[in-house]
Amino acid sequence: MLKTYTFPEYAYQQSPEQRAGQVLRHPVVIIGAGPVGLTAALDCAARGLRVLLLDDNNSVSQGSRAVCYAKRTLEIWQRLGLGAALAEQGVRWQVGKVFFRDELAYQFDLLPQAQHRMPAMINLQQYHLEEALVRACQAEPLIDLRWKHKLVALAQRPEGLALQVETPDGRFALEADYLLACDGAGSDTRRMLGLDFQGQVFQDRFLIADVIMKADFPTERWFWFDPPFHPGQSVLLHKQCDGVWRIDFQLGREADPAEEKKPEKVIPRIQAMLGPDVEFELEWVSVYQFACRRLQQFRHGRVLFVGDSAHQVSPFGARGANSGVQDADNLAWKLKAVLDGRAPQALLDSYHAERAAAADENILNSTRSTDFISPKSRASLRLRNAVLELAKTEAFARPLVNSGRLSMPTHYAGSPLNTPDEDVFDSAMRPGSPCLDAPAGEGGWLLERLGQGFTLLAFGALPPQDLAPALVVGSDLADSAGLIAERYDGRPGTVYLIRPDQHVAARWRGFDAAKVAAALRRCLGQP
Amino acid sequence: MPLIRTPNIPDPDGFYEALIHAQRDLSEEQADMLLAKLVLILANQVGERAVLDEALALARANTLS
Repeated sequence: MLKTYTFPEYAYQQSPEQRAGQVLRHPVVIIGAGPVGLTAALDCAARGLRVLLLDDNNSVSQGSRAVCYAKRTLEIWQRLGLGAALAEQGVRWQVGKVFFRDELAYQFDLLPQAQHRMPAMINLQQYHLEEALVRACQAEPLIDLRWKHKLVALAQRPEGLALQVETPDGRFALEADYLLACDGAGSDTRRMLGLDFQGQVFQDRFLIADVIMKADFPTERWFWFDPPFHPGQSVLLHKQCDGVWRIDFQLGREADPAEEKKPEKVIPRIQAMLGPDVEFELEWVSVYQFACRRLQQFRHGRVLFVGDSAHQVSPFGARGANSGVQDADNLAWKLKAVLDGRAPQALLDSYHAERAAAADENILNSTRSTDFISPKSRASLRLRNAVLELAKTEAFARPLVNSGRLSMPTHYAGSPLNTPDEDVFDSAMRPGSPCLDAPAGEGGWLLERLGQGFTLLAFGALPPQDLAPALVVGSDLADSAGLIAERYDGRPGTVYLIRPDQHVAARWRGFDAAKVAAALRRCLGQP
Repeated sequence: MPLIRTPNIPDPDGFYEALIHAQRDLSEEQADMLLAKLVLILANQVGERAVLDEALALARANTLS
């Protein structure tokens, strides 16, 4: 029970198939109704797939979980009809301040790139996010969301998956074409398949306190290295909704988690940080350790690992939930193409190729941040402190200050689905890149016009063709600010083939039906 | 050429990682020696005495401030 939030309790219902003792086959079963599982369900449904979504609990997540959602993630939710409402509900911030001891060392501004629909970053408690996603799933006829359903056994057969599920009414069996394991860092599905992570577990412990503050702090991200109120460690302060603030204290390797969680220990820490006059109440306190690691393979036959069940990062950079949502975005259209028989099963291997590369990028960034925040040797600490002291006056040192590199979408540069450029472009929208948004006239936006399937984005009229729906800039959609042409280097004749997840598949300086057809085949994994 | 005081290293995070990684498995004393040697190697690379003097003055002033 929180002071600012009442957890919803969703009703368990026995399913007709369990009551009837009938074994039904489901095209897509998703395990875990967290942010990733809920998003995956919505994305599958948006593409026309029927989804069975199972969760072993009957509420949203408790405790201090994900907070920050990045622009690309909001764009994915906007494609699913939720981004604008979430951006409205969340706290927008863009200024980050970094303090070293008692002085400001450095300040950054996540200047929102002008003329994008979504902000650079919002903060929102995970339970608010999940509640909104649950509402959307419940309103979607293709999604069957069942609470208090726990996967207890899983067998892979060439023709499909056999599952055993436990509910308050006992066990029952069902079959599935594909299973998406969205059951988090402690994934039971992963354990059932006997799979292990590869990577690094960090020994440092961190105290997370969610605190209701009466004081009016600016809506900024504040990060302290070695502050006077918590010597030798780091502290992070972040604003959430409902007047709740997230405070993250580094405790070091020797800290006793049970002891550190006690209010009589936590309150003086916060008091020392905020000063004696600031009134606050504790909302939630926990102590955690983290890891930077991933599964070697995200696809195991008909089982796909999505989100934290596949990869974990340190919290610096908000790369956990954001990358999980981007996993779901990558997978849903591929599942649809395979289940429709438009693509071979091998297309699902590209989910691993693209999202394991993304996980590696996230793990690299998050490991580097962790090493800067918590140096492992005396010499590393000295270098870190030298960077921070220099950063106060020296511009050259500031790019070295690393209190977290905030989540950015991955360009699938090495993806087997890309058709390499034959022509020269002056645009970052390379094959594999996530499409940049831009205004498309009359308050509309490019991304919302791209649709759910493959799209040909053309700068100039196309001959009649039935390869993919075309969107001609200037006639089908306006480019009043000229930003679509600028961001895509859209000289006349230019054509982009955009994937269903709004990444670039291929681009040319002129339309050639045979080349577009070949690029489509390649992007669907067809031989 | 005056001392460069604006960012001049491409991929700063990658460089910093390499700098930390260079000290792996070294004792504290060895790590100190590594950093001292690195200063001398880089100073030799710069060569220009005026630039080195400016760098020395900046490092000293920043540390005393």
